[in-house]
Amino acid sequence: MTLQEAKFEYLLRLGDSSLIIGHRLSEWCGHGPILEEDIALINIALDFVGNATSLLEYAGKVEGKGRNEDDLAFMRGEREYRNLLITEQPNGDYANTIARQFLFDAHMFFLYEELKNSKDETIAAIAVKSHKEITYHLRHTSQWMLRLGDGTAESHTRLQNAVNELWMFTSELFDMDEVDAILIKEGIVPDLTKVKAAWEKQVNEVFAEATLTVPETKFKQKGSKEGKHSEHLGFLLAEMQYVHRSFPDAKW
Amino acid sequence: MTDSQWPVWEVFVQANPGISHKHVGNVHAVDAEMAIQNARDVYTRRSEGISIWVVPANAISASSPEDQGAFFEPSNDKPYRHPTFYKIPEGVKYL
Repeated sequence: MTLQEAKFEYLLRLGDSSLIIGHRLSEWCGHGPILEEDIALINIALDFVGNATSLLEYAGKVEGKGRNEDDLAFMRGEREYRNLLITEQPNGDYANTIARQFLFDAHMFFLYEELKNSKDETIAAIAVKSHKEITYHLRHTSQWMLRLGDGTAESHTRLQNAVNELWMFTSELFDMDEVDAILIKEGIVPDLTKVKAAWEKQVNEVFAEATLTVPETKFKQKGSKEGKHSEHLGFLLAEMQYVHRSFPDAKW
Repeated sequence: MTDSQWPVWEVFVQANPGISHKHVGNVHAVDAEMAIQNARDVYTRRSEGISIWVVPANAISASSPEDQGAFFEPSNDKPYRHPTFYKIPEGVKYL
């Protein structure tokens, strides 16, 4: 695998994760539990879609086959998508959404903190911009973890169940393969071992304060790096890509 | 009618350093931290401010409409109370 191929692949992984979790959050639009939270979630969704746009635009340039961010977002099928499995999991109830979001936000926060030092200037610039947004996302979801976890008996049970269900997707956040190895050697991306340690510390702290138990599930779900997804991604893409594929050259 | 939503917080936003926080509206929130976050999302998405205050709406005491006559009308015929004879130095914007 060449450096260029590795970089393209890595940019898809980052961009796709942001795009898919951003799309998931956008599904809350008009359905938030309270007006203010509806607005907050959609703000966050827009941050993710903006971040995905920058990453996929750059991915297209790196690939050098004339594909732009729209081609990459709307003209690839699920087996070509490289988003982490946790990002495509359904919204469920509010506890499911907050748990998914918190686990992912904490991962993204520490990953992008490292990416700010990337030797690739474009990746570093995108990371600097996004890290400010992610800092707010993590603050917002951490606060909700505390309030739901340490709230009523029902909110606690729902959040603990949500965490238990999602836990099998968390080990994948830190899996590394040949792509990582090539880019780590060039100083373009970080070794995820360090990110994992920071993530675990953060998660443990918030869980302790929120009176949540860290699940003991050993079962691990993975596959996104090879484009193997859960059954949910296809439905999400069908909805997200429908208009673009129906009217591929539409201008507005 | 009782409000089935969370408590109301009045929101004040400071647009620039050195000027006072201005009332911009209100949000619902369970506590102060979430009120600040909600205010951030509702009122400062378009670079409206650099600082936010939130105050529980029930902590604000207000004059009542019946007081209007006794409170405010006596000053209507006392123009000498207005500092109209001072010249405002150039460059002073927020006096």
